[in-house]
Amino acid sequence: MLKTETITINMGPQHPSTHGVFRMVLTLNGETIVDLKPMFGYLHRGLEKTSESRTYLQAVPFTDRLDYICSMSNNFAYAVAVEKLAGIEVPLRAEYIRVIMAELTRLVNHMLAVGFLFNDLGAWYTPVVYAFRERERILDLFEMASGSRMMCNYIRPGGVAADLPAEFLPQLRKMIPHLENFVREIRFYLSDNEIFKARAVGVGFLPADMAVAYSITGPVLRASGVKYDVRKAEPYSIYDQFDFDVPTQVAGDVYARYLQRLDEMDESLKILRQAVERIPEGEYATKVPSRLRPPKGEAYARIEAPKGELGFYLVSDGSPNPYRWRNRPPSLINLSALREMCLGHKVADVVTILGSIDITLADVDR
Amino acid sequence: MQVLDDLWIRIAVWFRGLLESFLPPWAVQLTMDVLGILLLIVLGIVVVLAFTYMERKVIARVGDRIGPNRAGPFGIFQAIADAIKMLTKEDVTPTNADRWLFLAAPIVVIIPAVLLYAVLPLGRGMVGVDLNIAVVFVVAMGGIPILTMLMAGWASNNKYALLGAFRTVAQLISYEVPMVVALLTVVLLAGTMSTVGIVEAQASFPFALVTPVAFVVYMLAGLAELNRTPFDLLEADSEIVAGYFIEYSGMKFAMFFLAEYINLFMVAGMITTLFLAGWQWPILPSWLWFLIKVVLVIFLMMWIRATFPRFRIDQMLGFAWKALVPLSLINLFLVALVAKVLEPGWVRTGVLFVSNLALLAGAIAIMAQVARKREERARAAGEAAIKRYYGSEVR
Repeated sequence: MLKTETITINMGPQHPSTHGVFRMVLTLNGETIVDLKPMFGYLHRGLEKTSESRTYLQAVPFTDRLDYICSMSNNFAYAVAVEKLAGIEVPLRAEYIRVIMAELTRLVNHMLAVGFLFNDLGAWYTPVVYAFRERERILDLFEMASGSRMMCNYIRPGGVAADLPAEFLPQLRKMIPHLENFVREIRFYLSDNEIFKARAVGVGFLPADMAVAYSITGPVLRASGVKYDVRKAEPYSIYDQFDFDVPTQVAGDVYARYLQRLDEMDESLKILRQAVERIPEGEYATKVPSRLRPPKGEAYARIEAPKGELGFYLVSDGSPNPYRWRNRPPSLINLSALREMCLGHKVADVVTILGSIDITLADVDR
Repeated sequence: MQVLDDLWIRIAVWFRGLLESFLPPWAVQLTMDVLGILLLIVLGIVVVLAFTYMERKVIARVGDRIGPNRAGPFGIFQAIADAIKMLTKEDVTPTNADRWLFLAAPIVVIIPAVLLYAVLPLGRGMVGVDLNIAVVFVVAMGGIPILTMLMAGWASNNKYALLGAFRTVAQLISYEVPMVVALLTVVLLAGTMSTVGIVEAQASFPFALVTPVAFVVYMLAGLAELNRTPFDLLEADSEIVAGYFIEYSGMKFAMFFLAEYINLFMVAGMITTLFLAGWQWPILPSWLWFLIKVVLVIFLMMWIRATFPRFRIDQMLGFAWKALVPLSLINLFLVALVAKVLEPGWVRTGVLFVSNLALLAGAIAIMAQVARKREERARAAGEAAIKRYYGSEVR
């Protein structure tokens, strides 16, 4: 036997493929990973503590900054939690608007996840540029409704910030077939790429039982074959009124996660089609006092955010400020299985596996 | 037409005549040689400027972008702006670097790249030196960059650079084998090792048609030798950031960059010379034909770069040793056999072409089979885990 030494490599926090300021201490035997130690917290902004010294409504913009790719979903989860805590009723039109926004957010997120996965695989920006092109169209819609492209701050406790502008729904109707075509296009061009399959099939395998043990949620869990989606398991808002499936995969590897995201995009478009047809006229929000004083108590509300289960746990002591403002970020918890998925693979696979988990560092560090 | 075809040669003859009118013969020869060398070096730099711009534009267009469009009309001065930026950048040497090796690597990397141009036939009668062992020269010079990359990677005292250097050695040495075997196939068919002779041997059929397997193998090995996608693991920017030249900045980085594009032109030129009949083919002047073919080959490489993800180290090595080496060896054997039995002509070309296509199809079928097995294994592992979790049957 040769006497070999392991080397330790510090991947990050400044590294092009860690999707933010994430650091991994890799111990390598040649190119094979012997140990991996994730380190994070470089982007910790203390959003939870900050929010506890604000009123309930003032905390909404902070939720935008949790997972900045899906600000609408974050708003949504927080609004559901506050409504549960204070017992606020939401008008039906507002619920429809919320569902539309949440599903559009899912599309945006999955587009980027797939695009950046290919970037990590070394496909020189082409897939990600195509993904960005479609994302811009959806962000145009967000801007039309909320005035902002990324930090939307649109879904508020009680409803939404403003009614949809008149041209929103016609534009969305036009865009749905276009997006369906985009998903088809991705499948056609990328799914059967030999090199992609060689790099993705069997890599980063996460067994179903281990995924559940790590409380992994979202597309990563479903790609491992566990049929679990908060929209079906514990329907919130009006998701019980829509007809959609929860797709799952079997293999639980990077390739399965990629396919899972494409399938979920199709399902989102299905929901969007129904929502656009059925959206009623009416109020877009219930009046909520700006210094909301929920009764003493606590509430935990969760939604199926694009990256997994996003929960907010709020404790009220009867004052206008929350006593405890806690957030369950899907990115952080999905990240916890990274080491198990990476061990025994090559350096190049770490990047791919990380890309396939799809994290946002702002969501991990809060 | 004839005038255009001989344009550069006529200019050279005229210039030599001009010199002869006032210089002794030895000085004329010396001047012409030095001028020739200078011309080839200038060609190298022009190539870099032209192809960096082309690369950016092509990749941008494939990605539905516009690409450089600020510096000058259509951004054509982008490459010059880049060059100025690199020249004016701070030159950093890492504290614990092996100073002399670190300084030497960028200089050593550029020399073989330029030397290779000497044997490239750019047109009819336009070759630096018509070496009778030109092919061996190309292989030998192509081996030197491995050393420089290892020098750069080791001297930088950076772990990413070291990993990049490890990968370099593994990759470049592995891909030299199928490359040389593919070269041998061509030499066997042409009966000469001179690049000029090889081009002349393709008067009736380009070797890409005679032996497509050698062409494909050489093309893939060439991509690997150039560190281009899908074999760009040496500088994989999403994994080891930039690989062996991560610590280089300013002009030293520019040297690596220059060498990369000079080599790009060289490999495309060799593919053209060996497989696409070089400067042959009618109507257009020979040097223009050569340029057109080279640009087409380079466009193909850029297209691949803009489209494909990259291999992993083990897959890259496996592909070289398990796929390309056996394939090219079988092909060499086949070509030797057929060339011995059949006389040159339509029949031999036809037999070789068909048998080569069959060989390629067989190789692809085997690789597809392996890929399918992998997929089945991954699926089985997933199914087992699901069963474990749900207790019994899947859903």
